[in-house]
Amino acid sequence: MNDRSWSGYLRKDGRKGIRNHLLVVYTVECASFVAQEIAKDEPDVHVIGFPGCYDNDYAFRLMLALSTHPNIGGVLCVGLGCEYTQPSRIADVVLQSGRATESFFIQEHGGTRSSIELGKELLRSIRSESNERSVRVPMTWADLIIGSECGGSDGTSGLAGNPVVGRAFDQLVDLGGSAIFEEVVEMIGLREVLVSRAASPGAAEQLAATYDKAASYCKAVRQYSVAPGNFAGGLTTIEEKSMGAFAKGGRKPIEGVLRVSETPPHPGLWLLDSVPDSHFMQFGYTNPNDTEGIMDLISTGAQMVLFVTGRGSVIGSAIAPLIKVTGNERTYKNMTDDMDFNAGRILSGQVTLDEASVELMNLIADVAAGQSSKPEKLGHREFFLMYKHQDSPSLEAGCRQ
Amino acid sequence: MSPNPTCRAFQIHASDNVATLLDEAFEGSVVAIAGSSDETVLAAREKVGMGHKIALKRIDEGKPIYKYGVAIGMAIQQIETGDWVHLHNCRSNFDERSGSLDLYTGVPKGAENE
Repeated sequence: MNDRSWSGYLRKDGRKGIRNHLLVVYTVECASFVAQEIAKDEPDVHVIGFPGCYDNDYAFRLMLALSTHPNIGGVLCVGLGCEYTQPSRIADVVLQSGRATESFFIQEHGGTRSSIELGKELLRSIRSESNERSVRVPMTWADLIIGSECGGSDGTSGLAGNPVVGRAFDQLVDLGGSAIFEEVVEMIGLREVLVSRAASPGAAEQLAATYDKAASYCKAVRQYSVAPGNFAGGLTTIEEKSMGAFAKGGRKPIEGVLRVSETPPHPGLWLLDSVPDSHFMQFGYTNPNDTEGIMDLISTGAQMVLFVTGRGSVIGSAIAPLIKVTGNERTYKNMTDDMDFNAGRILSGQVTLDEASVELMNLIADVAAGQSSKPEKLGHREFFLMYKHQDSPSLEAGCRQ
Repeated sequence: MSPNPTCRAFQIHASDNVATLLDEAFEGSVVAIAGSSDETVLAAREKVGMGHKIALKRIDEGKPIYKYGVAIGMAIQQIETGDWVHLHNCRSNFDERSGSLDLYTGVPKGAENE
């Protein structure tokens, strides 16, 4: 397993992807129908966008990060023509990254039908330019950034699903790769446990501040990240769900905290803070569903995300393949078409945790090498993005011309 | 107590006072506890679903419930060995809404959404 390598896609900016997708990006909901129609019947084209007419720095940074993601070779940006978010500004950043790109406003091209035709035509030229620019290169574990998320958790998630992902993360970090986990609102009650994992005093400070912000967020909005299905699945409190969720971060020291759309400055295990900052509408909302959390992970450059689901979620993901892990054998049997990995075998004693994590690492390498994950096979490409406020002083802010 | 266990539960940490059921247990089921304990068995006092928790010892009202070696909540009534530990007898030390949830569906009771 340790010496596995595969062929990836080298981009002009030096990043290496495991897929060669194109993106259509819409800059307001009013342009989303045209964007979806442009991408229809184009298997390599994924669609993302932002529904709001008023712009949002967090959303803009996320779209820039996804448009220059290692798995993306070229981008078509489509706007209506009234909105604040400017398609040409996204295209400028994509162009600077060395990727093929075009942008236009629907209002300047005669409406729905002609815009779809134009979009299809532009996609063809973006695709051929992207193919000319992309170089196939060997990739290894050290080239990978992998995210982990859990959703639809039950009593098995903390026993098998999350621990096997955590163990795979330990191996990935040992092999020089980067591992990123998030869901800080699912660490409530674990302040000491979290801070004790810091790789340095600076990281400890970051982890403590990130925990405190999440705890005050939950208190302020009176909403803890635990849902009726979790209770029905045997989880009684947020603290219990938190400990289970935290297991997917493995056992390595945490190098520090990333903000959404920041790439890790060096390899290792990182915590992603996706919780909004407090000074905007008294927090607003943190990720309202699993898909936005997955998008936040992908915004850090993650080429793949491991998704743990005890009860059985049927989501997939745009841009980066999702590998679905369940610790519940019943869920695996009921949803075989959707589940990539049966970690329930750990609980029934068929495999040990270490054996299962080696199997999972081999599956990761197979999917990195081009094998479709189950959600990819089914055609899943979920994407979700809402207004959120999060400061990111290290990145250029602003999305207006 | 029958010597032959009919279902299994997993104790994650040696200091835990609950274990997680890997199968469904019914009143009187003999549960084998694996994981961080010496191979013990105990009798379930009521139905405990898969993925749910069973008390490994008596827990007095106001005392912490330990799982993963950390306090995951507090007993809001006395809990006996073999009891189902869930929303009716354990509440969060953080979440104010905990303690007002339907035992079987987890859906908030009362005027939560008004």
